[in-house]
Amino acid sequence: MPLSLDQYVSVHATALDVRARRGELIANNLANADTPNYQARDIDFRQAMARAAGDKTVGGVSLSTTQTGHIGGASSANAATNPDLKYRTPLAPALDGNTVDAQIEQAAFAENAVRYQATLTFLNAKFRGLLTAILGS
Amino acid sequence: MSSFKSFDIAGSGMAAQSVRLNTTASNLANADSVSTTAAGVYKARHPIFEAVRAQLATPGIQPESQPAVRVSGIYESTAPASQRYEPGNPLADANGYVFAPAVNVVEEMVNMISASRSYQNNVEVMNTSKDLLLATLRLGQG
Repeated sequence: MPLSLDQYVSVHATALDVRARRGELIANNLANADTPNYQARDIDFRQAMARAAGDKTVGGVSLSTTQTGHIGGASSANAATNPDLKYRTPLAPALDGNTVDAQIEQAAFAENAVRYQATLTFLNAKFRGLLTAILGS
Repeated sequence: MSSFKSFDIAGSGMAAQSVRLNTTASNLANADSVSTTAAGVYKARHPIFEAVRAQLATPGIQPESQPAVRVSGIYESTAPASQRYEPGNPLADANGYVFAPAVNVVEEMVNMISASRSYQNNVEVMNTSKDLLLATLRLGQG
């Protein structure tokens, strides 16, 4: 039976992708920490993963496709890397309309970085397992 | 996947904050530069930050935009210069007054601290992104 590498690394490859995207978003929030009227955004990780796994019932509205030529619409286009973004609810409103709380964003960035590394560790273990199977030692 | 985007974002943040630090330094340095006329006095400078927003392109297709922050301009404060009676000053006008810039030193110090903290935040983002990227490059090697 041929082994599909895509299937072998399974969910971790997608998770890594979503984590990278989330890191970018939070980096953007931190870069705009002093920009008036900027609204902090984040990714709903659970929803992004469910979408990537092909679950069409979570979040957002997508067009139903009844014929082969139909295009799925906004939410189904490249679902793995483009999940619906959410706006963060600010704890304390700022006079300039900015909703970035630097501490919250820092915490979220650190958490995301650790989980990214955890996913990398999982992937590494998968590859090591594969290597052990190939080399037999 | 383009993890290098994080570098651009954090870099734009650092650039914007350093502009803010520069204007603060300029304001503080000139806080005591008096002038003979109200018009000729130094005016406090402040940067205007702006988020680079995604342009709405075709619906359903994520536009290839570069999220970041940029300095859209630097404005000069219009606060009126304060008058001081210093008849001994060679810059004093006929009535013995000199004009001092409307620079609030406390405000500028607060601005400086805020800018330096934001700058550090962006440096941390860049460092962490670099570590993660290097770890990704080593994937499968150990």
